[in-house]
Amino acid sequence: MEPTVIDTISGVLPYAVDLVAVLLLALGIKGLAKVRSARSANGLAALALGLAVLGLLFELQPPLLAWLGIAVGAAAGGLAGLLTARRVPMTAMPQTVALFNGCGGMASLLVALGVALYGGVAADAGAVLVERLSIAISVFVGAITFTGSLVAMAKLQGWIDTPGWTQSRLRHAVNIALAVAALVGVVALPADPGGAALWLLLLASGLLGVGVTLPIGGADMPVVISLLNSYSGVAAAAAGFVVGSQLLIVAGAMVGAAGLILTQVMCTAMNRSLLSVLFGGALGAAGGGKVGGGGDEAGYTSITSCSPEECALALECAERVVFVPGYGLAVAQAQHALSELAKLLQANGTEVSYAIHPVAGRMPGHMNVLLAEADVPYEQLVEMDAINPEFPRTDVVIVLGANDVVNPDAKTDSSSPLYGMPVLEVDQARQVFVVKRSLGAGYAGIKNALFELPQTAMLFGDAKVVLNGLASELRELGVGRVKAA
Amino acid sequence: MSGFSQALWVLLLGSLLGLELIGKVPPTLHTPLMSGANAISGITVLASLTLLARADGNPALLLLGAVSLGFALFNVVGGFLVTDRMLAMFRRPGGKPGSGTAGGR
Repeated sequence: MEPTVIDTISGVLPYAVDLVAVLLLALGIKGLAKVRSARSANGLAALALGLAVLGLLFELQPPLLAWLGIAVGAAAGGLAGLLTARRVPMTAMPQTVALFNGCGGMASLLVALGVALYGGVAADAGAVLVERLSIAISVFVGAITFTGSLVAMAKLQGWIDTPGWTQSRLRHAVNIALAVAALVGVVALPADPGGAALWLLLLASGLLGVGVTLPIGGADMPVVISLLNSYSGVAAAAAGFVVGSQLLIVAGAMVGAAGLILTQVMCTAMNRSLLSVLFGGALGAAGGGKVGGGGDEAGYTSITSCSPEECALALECAERVVFVPGYGLAVAQAQHALSELAKLLQANGTEVSYAIHPVAGRMPGHMNVLLAEADVPYEQLVEMDAINPEFPRTDVVIVLGANDVVNPDAKTDSSSPLYGMPVLEVDQARQVFVVKRSLGAGYAGIKNALFELPQTAMLFGDAKVVLNGLASELRELGVGRVKAA
Repeated sequence: MSGFSQALWVLLLGSLLGLELIGKVPPTLHTPLMSGANAISGITVLASLTLLARADGNPALLLLGAVSLGFALFNVVGGFLVTDRMLAMFRRPGGKPGSGTAGGR
């Protein structure tokens, strides 16, 4: 039978749609890496995904019953996504990305499970082997992504701590055993999809995701999330092999590779190697001390504490002030109070800028997002390499809820676990005020030598309360008012 | 699946493309980029839809497909919206382009 023009068009159309979608996705990822185009690029990528979905629906012509499943799944997932995206506070962004990511991995996993349990679509023997191997890989990566992401989310949210046993060498033995079990599952699965091998693989991979993520300290969590993000791309690509979608393979591979690059960039910023993040355990835990959390206050000897009045007086006559915001600022919801204080100082003729450490907040760029939310002008945010030479001519530095990223030990003390990490050299400034709730250790659990320097004074209290106090002290001093003649 | 080697080429070229696409990113954009890339990895909706369309009336497959589609769409919709929310904050007062921390463009 001679194909009609209509047949030819509907035969070619899916390929054309896929090609356009790939092109748009690539342009989207590229655009997301530039400040000016990032927002429209995000829209472009979303458009590409929508286009790919429409193209696929046109190609598959799903039967009525399938539409029911599509409607239910789409409504539930779409609505949940919409609500989560609207409601989640900006401070919780890293764990939100982790949650979304885990769900993406889960989706790939479920598809592979479905094909494994209820029969594939492959025609000849060679294709069957490929299909079943793809299923095995998809289950393996999907399960690790899912459980690993959930553990990462729970850790960032503060729901779970780092259990002590995970810091012993025992964990390597457990993880290796799990990895071997998973490998056995991968090898055995092609002979018997839907049998015991599948469940062994599923269980071992899921536990492996937990076992690998759980020992990693909170400070390294962004790297883990970025890596898991890369995995979910790999899981999507594997699912592409399972259902035979080249578009899925391309997009999954692109995300997987891009995620790897981003992970590498983050490791570089923290001066950590990916291997030490994954297998080195939590920072500062090597000596058997507590990880994160309280820490002990006894380690400090010469701490100077001061009142907001003293700090306000120093601010009033400062010509150049640098704020160093950390995650503590975000937790205290003090971005807006900070922004107000900065405006007062600027009205007084003070030069104000913000020093942004590459990993300030909980992931690179997180602090920029938080400060942007508080209307801090983009131009005042200065990166570490640009601001470090400026500290010697800075009158007052105010450290807000940051700790490890201003620790001078990272430069001078080779025995410190932080040694070698690039830090903000605030100890070069004339005067340093550290706003902090207590003398508890930072996220890495390490003592900070900055607090004991003679030019450093501590302002104990909640960041928001302290900042509001500083602002009202300054107003009492007459700062920010129209200059009285 | 037909054309396995072709699919492997697609995988290879896709990976290389991904490596090339984001060579230089200003740190400011790392979080939004991660979030956006994460949303794109939700493209596994395509796999969920394929599973649903080929379920052929099998209730277990329909259920698995629907749940999987829900998870994937949660990732896609949430991911893109949250990325947009973040990027919407990077507006520059006075519209002065190319300043601030955007060193790596």
